[in-house]
Amino acid sequence: MTALLEIEDLRVRYAVGGRSVEAVGGVSLTLEGGEALGLAGESGCGKTTAALSIPRLLPETASVTGQIRLDGVDVLSLNDDALDDLRWRRVSVVFQGAMNALNPVQRIGAQILEPIRLHEKQTSTTEGRGRVAELLEAVGIPGDRARDYPHELSGGMRQRVMIAMALACRPQLVLADEPITALDVMTQAQILGLLRDLRERLGLSMILISHDLSVLAETCDRIAIMYAGRLVEEGTATTLFPPAGAGGGPAHPYTKGLLGAFPNIRGERRFVDGMPGYPPDLASPPPGCRFHERCPVAIERCLTDDPALRPAGSGHVAACHLVGEEP
Amino acid sequence: MSVAEDPLEPTGAWAATERTFGEIWRDRIGRTGLVLLVIIFLTAVLGPIVLPFDPDKVGASAESIFSRPSSSHWLGTDELGRDVFRQFLAGAKISLTVGLVATIISILIGSVVGLVAGYFGRWVDAVLMRLTDFFLVLPTIPLVIVLAAVFGQSLGILMLVIGLTGWPSIARIVRSQVLSLRERQFVLRVRSMGSTHVRMITRHILPNVAPLIFANAVLVIAGSILAEATLAFLGLGDPVHISWGTMLHFAFVTGAVGRGAWWYFLPPGLGIVAVVLGFTLAGHTLDRILNPRLRERR
Amino acid sequence: MRLPFIGRKLGQLFFTLLGVVTFNFLLFRVLPGDPIQLYARSGHLTPEAADQLRRIFGLDKPLLAQFWIYLRGLLHGDMGFSLTYRRPVADIVVQRLGNTILLVGAATLVVVVLGVILGATAASRRGSRLDSATVFGSLMLWSMPTFWVGLLLVFAFGVWFQILPISGISDAGATYTSAFGPAHDVARHLVLPTLTLVLVDIGQFVLITRSSLVDVLTEDFITTARAKGNPRRRVVWKHGMRNAMLPVVTTSALYIGLVVGGAIQVETVFSWPGMGELTYEAVLRRDYPVLEACFLMFALTVILANFLSDLLYRRLDPRVRES
Repeated sequence: MTALLEIEDLRVRYAVGGRSVEAVGGVSLTLEGGEALGLAGESGCGKTTAALSIPRLLPETASVTGQIRLDGVDVLSLNDDALDDLRWRRVSVVFQGAMNALNPVQRIGAQILEPIRLHEKQTSTTEGRGRVAELLEAVGIPGDRARDYPHELSGGMRQRVMIAMALACRPQLVLADEPITALDVMTQAQILGLLRDLRERLGLSMILISHDLSVLAETCDRIAIMYAGRLVEEGTATTLFPPAGAGGGPAHPYTKGLLGAFPNIRGERRFVDGMPGYPPDLASPPPGCRFHERCPVAIERCLTDDPALRPAGSGHVAACHLVGEEP
Repeated sequence: MSVAEDPLEPTGAWAATERTFGEIWRDRIGRTGLVLLVIIFLTAVLGPIVLPFDPDKVGASAESIFSRPSSSHWLGTDELGRDVFRQFLAGAKISLTVGLVATIISILIGSVVGLVAGYFGRWVDAVLMRLTDFFLVLPTIPLVIVLAAVFGQSLGILMLVIGLTGWPSIARIVRSQVLSLRERQFVLRVRSMGSTHVRMITRHILPNVAPLIFANAVLVIAGSILAEATLAFLGLGDPVHISWGTMLHFAFVTGAVGRGAWWYFLPPGLGIVAVVLGFTLAGHTLDRILNPRLRERR
Repeated sequence: MRLPFIGRKLGQLFFTLLGVVTFNFLLFRVLPGDPIQLYARSGHLTPEAADQLRRIFGLDKPLLAQFWIYLRGLLHGDMGFSLTYRRPVADIVVQRLGNTILLVGAATLVVVVLGVILGATAASRRGSRLDSATVFGSLMLWSMPTFWVGLLLVFAFGVWFQILPISGISDAGATYTSAFGPAHDVARHLVLPTLTLVLVDIGQFVLITRSSLVDVLTEDFITTARAKGNPRRRVVWKHGMRNAMLPVVTTSALYIGLVVGGAIQVETVFSWPGMGELTYEAVLRRDYPVLEACFLMFALTVILANFLSDLLYRRLDPRVRES
């Protein structure tokens, strides 16, 4: 059975100034129906770029190569009309920062209704309004707020509107780009709960992007870690973040570093280990493994050979020379 | 490496000016503006020296009136047989002088009002801003016409009158900049060290507002020159000192246009366009340099 | 919630209007010397006649009393008496006002509509040759004095292609063959003056629309609109323009302030019998009552336009409505 989403060797290049930057360098992923994949990494690692290439929402200065197949459809070869048709109907997006992602001069009800009208043209006004009310209810917003403008809602409510909007055309895949980063902790928990709930009820397939590993560990089935435009580790949530004391855990030094950067509220008190240094300049990336300059366990081979993804367990791969069967 | 960190990069106002000019030069639009301005300035300064205009040298016979360009009169003659080219050169100086002086007046008044309003705040600010808004809403050209008609037509009065209509926009910009500066840390720090108001304004606030004033001044000059030209055209210019606008006034009232004496009304107009365009282009680029915020987000 | 807000705005409007009237009044009485002296410059006035005139015009009264008379007169539509035209100023103004409104209205309509379309097109094709040409062209047109463009058109159509009238509002002594005749005549005379205003001012709207739309198109909600599957055209025109129009509306109001200046120049060049030409003549004759009335009319129009545009802006931008 073919997966819902198949990404093969995705590369995205930008021409900036006179230089060429490879924001995404050969990422391959698959997503099954009903699955939730978390995409994690620091700012600028390419996770958003990779995800937004699926509905081809990158700026025109980006050149995209590789293969992206959504439910068997080759997305990268679609013409404009077919692309417009595919957008939102098959794959929708919950953007970060709902205040800026919503049209400030349009009422939220109208904004939710818009994709319905676009893709299901025969929908009558009453039907449409009914669907909007249902969607708002599903995300926990009273129906009478449909006539409000974005600036009249709180941050959490705006994010809920984004989610309601994303579900309007019953898409096969939802991309959620840092959906809760801009919110306070309490609201974060609420929205996360909502997302989990909707996933269960509607059987949604989702790609959830976040730099916050704990969020992904809670909500996703599988997690992929990106660094400097590459995929460095991928595995199930339970494999990568086992319960305390169960052993195992991430195999790649970068992921280990990321985990170490989070204090554990129940664990012992210790200093938080940050990771010194910065991600490499993607216009002139270093030779060998891109992480070697910051890696605490780098060996000589890491400076010259760029590691491919190797198996590190069942359903678990990592791009590190120190992983798996190694002489 | 930013300028502040590079030890070899000169600092200070002069260096900043040099740097800014360099940046304007690099931008194609800005460069065109600067080139235009240089040409006009050279014309204005050198022209009257090389080919002085003598207003008494009128034509001897009827043929010399409105005569076409020739080797003796490069731009032909006007309704009195006077050499148009020499008038053009002389007019450059007048048009530019009035524009520049009027702008200086606008900047002086506008900056002072803006600084005082922004710095002292509260009722001073409220009163000054009501005044500024009032003058801002009065239509410029009608106001300038009325003022000139009432107060007279000498060059000095014209400069004053045009200057008096240009200050409100400067005042508003300066004020908002001062307001934002006032809240910044370094101001509060210096204040707490017991600095006097005057010192605060001249040493700390003014240097930060100056680039903004300068960028806006360039755009105000364009407006001042157009205002002078319009006044002169309508007959309110200084009859003794002929500016490009005055030339166009005479071209109009003596029927040069209907006679097709293009050498008379084309050059002064082109001169005005060149100057205004020069300042506008340079100012456009300068504004982009000094306000890089969201100007050209790619 | 809206009513007290409008009330406050109307209050401000009232005070601004009062301020302008006062300013106007004082401005024309700052002149040294008795106005009667100036009026009487052309002819001879015996001292008794001069005194009588002074009493008629209330010039022997203290300034405050004069102001009160002036105000009362204004409220009754009395703008004084012109000694060079020998008619009440209000009569002259009323005759001319319509012509100026026609000219300014036609020009504004074309400038705004055409300017916005050109600016939006330039913005959606940003970086292209068309875009750069549009920007440069707009800057160049803006740098031209309005009256000079008028002179060029008079030259072009008066000396070369004599297909359009270059002066007046209608042909003197013309006989019309149909009911549309007079309107057609006026329309023909309207073309060149309107064209002048359009050429000079369109650049402004092109630039403002373009820059506003360029800014808006970089906003996140535009990406959302694309993501929803809106075809490109809709993204630009429905989502982009709706937001980008706000500065355009403000500029339209400011434009009224500029177009009066342009109208004065254009009416002078083309002898269009409106308020602008009246101003020019009044300046020539030093007819101060007429000049005073002209300035008042211009100022009032601009203030009203600003006020209306402020209200309109609030209507269009829901974010500003509450404050």
